[in-house]
Amino acid sequence: MNRLLEWIDDRFPLTKLWNEHLAKYYAPKNFNFWYFFGSLALVVLINQFVTGIWLTMSYKPDAAKAFESVEYIMRDTSWGWLIRYLHSTGASAFFIVIYLHMFRGLMYGSYKQPRELLWMTGMFIYLCLMAEAFLGYLLPWGQMSYWGAQVIISLFGAIPYIGDTLTLWIRGDYVVSDVTLNRFFSFHVIAVPIALLALVMVHVIALHEVGSNNPDGVEIKKHKDKNGIPLDGIPFHPYYTVKDIVGVIVFLIFFLAIVFFWPEMNGYFLEHNNFIPANPSVTPEHIAPVWYFTPFYAILRAIPDKLFGVIAMGAAVLILFLLPWLDRNPVKSIRYRGTLYKWILGIFIVSFLALGWLGMQPPTPAYTMFSRIFTVIYFAFFLLMPIYSKLDKTKPVPDRVTYK
Amino acid sequence: MSDSGNSLVSEDEVDKKRRRFLIATTAGVGTVGAIGAAVPFVSYFQPSERAKAVGAPIEIDISKLEPGQRITAVWRGKPVWVVRRTEETLKNLEAMADLLRDPESKVAEQQPSYAQNLYRSIKPEYLVLIGICTHLGCSPTYLPPDAPHTLGPEWKGGFFCPCHGSKFDLAGRVFKGVPAPKNLVVPPHKYLSDTLILIGEDGGAA
Repeated sequence: MNRLLEWIDDRFPLTKLWNEHLAKYYAPKNFNFWYFFGSLALVVLINQFVTGIWLTMSYKPDAAKAFESVEYIMRDTSWGWLIRYLHSTGASAFFIVIYLHMFRGLMYGSYKQPRELLWMTGMFIYLCLMAEAFLGYLLPWGQMSYWGAQVIISLFGAIPYIGDTLTLWIRGDYVVSDVTLNRFFSFHVIAVPIALLALVMVHVIALHEVGSNNPDGVEIKKHKDKNGIPLDGIPFHPYYTVKDIVGVIVFLIFFLAIVFFWPEMNGYFLEHNNFIPANPSVTPEHIAPVWYFTPFYAILRAIPDKLFGVIAMGAAVLILFLLPWLDRNPVKSIRYRGTLYKWILGIFIVSFLALGWLGMQPPTPAYTMFSRIFTVIYFAFFLLMPIYSKLDKTKPVPDRVTYK
Repeated sequence: MSDSGNSLVSEDEVDKKRRRFLIATTAGVGTVGAIGAAVPFVSYFQPSERAKAVGAPIEIDISKLEPGQRITAVWRGKPVWVVRRTEETLKNLEAMADLLRDPESKVAEQQPSYAQNLYRSIKPEYLVLIGICTHLGCSPTYLPPDAPHTLGPEWKGGFFCPCHGSKFDLAGRVFKGVPAPKNLVVPPHKYLSDTLILIGEDGGAA
């Protein structure tokens, strides 16, 4: 066995890679609950890949057959219902896990120097994920698929001068049609997954270069023993691989409970209107995107102008990229930041959730007013950050990691 | 050809100017090549010849349309509506101007010239529209004047977009303060007889 390993190591850096990324990658020993979500995202990614490959075996990317082929998968193939529900629930689970992963970054200042690129590669993954979810949602060719795609593609039509040409180019037809479905399928199963995989690799490489942050927001590389190993670090494998497996088991209990008992999640994961085949002449009475897009959708609707609505929605996502430079406070972890930031972060999270809820509701005048208020708060969180992050009275940050 | 007999050139013998020139030209020509190679891949996304060829005009029979009713047909994959308006509706249209963004239909591309009037139609009684919201492409809901609604006392019937709350009156004119920027589109059309409308062709009348 050892000789085989030597033979491989002379030709491929197997042991080197294993050590650099697992056995001799030293992670802070004070990780808490919030540090499960990175590895869980990887688990969901694998789930999406495997179930996606299987679904592609029976799905037909053809406007005349797509809806029926999904029904075929659900009713006539062996275990097809399970594979489809794993995939559709996986989509929502992906966003739950990623939103919690991002919130962890917000809480513990994981986007701050020296992890700016780590944060940005993560944001690119998030963008890819949004694209992947949107493209995939057209494939069942139900009413929500069709009208969701119609609305999102029309967003590009708000761009002055080139808007109409651009939407025509994206659709490849004068309306969302078979042509659109076919190309969305191509992007959903080939282009975006490859980009996602590459970005995940970049993200992990960036992480292992700078090292993980932790709930105390202190750099463990500052204190090393005589062998150059951080005093507050433990090898990722076996310590965190084993810990993460526990996380995966708990996650799977919840995930599979949804897959088996509430796969539609009362319309939140699979919308009711999507069980009706696409009809280009009738928009459903009430259309809303799937829950993970609704905060941004609420921002779009809050603004009574087409172009500015689209700009605000785009800005709401892209402004997250600037986070490392908007935050002027050197203290990373929320544990040692002042009451001011705790309150502001709390209000921001409430606004984000409120926008998410409002984005699912019909656009009544009262709801629109609330959407406007929360939109202002959402942007204020970022735009005022350079000011309030400096005003905040922080506590002294310990030199070494602590345990609670 | 070669001024030095050595195959290996020492650093001070390197003609830096020449090297820079070669790198710049190679990069330049390479970029042009890459752009050229991208053309087919980008153009591939445009509507195919088949997609362009589909879209022949359609006929709509309006003989059974009662006042206040609307019928829907599909032309070029889009819903086309014909609404038969009542006398009262036509009267109400005159008083709407203050509530509307473009009451006189000044944005030329939203209708053919023969529909650029108060009623946005050839015959005031019949309104022909493409049923796609000018905001983000949903199909608005038809609310006749007597339909229940929650749109306030000034609402005299029209079209309400369920997606983002845009409102249009019964001439397809957009209200102020809603996300849709323009009036609904009137497609090119003409009357083949009193009860038959041809959508998609107007014999060059525009």
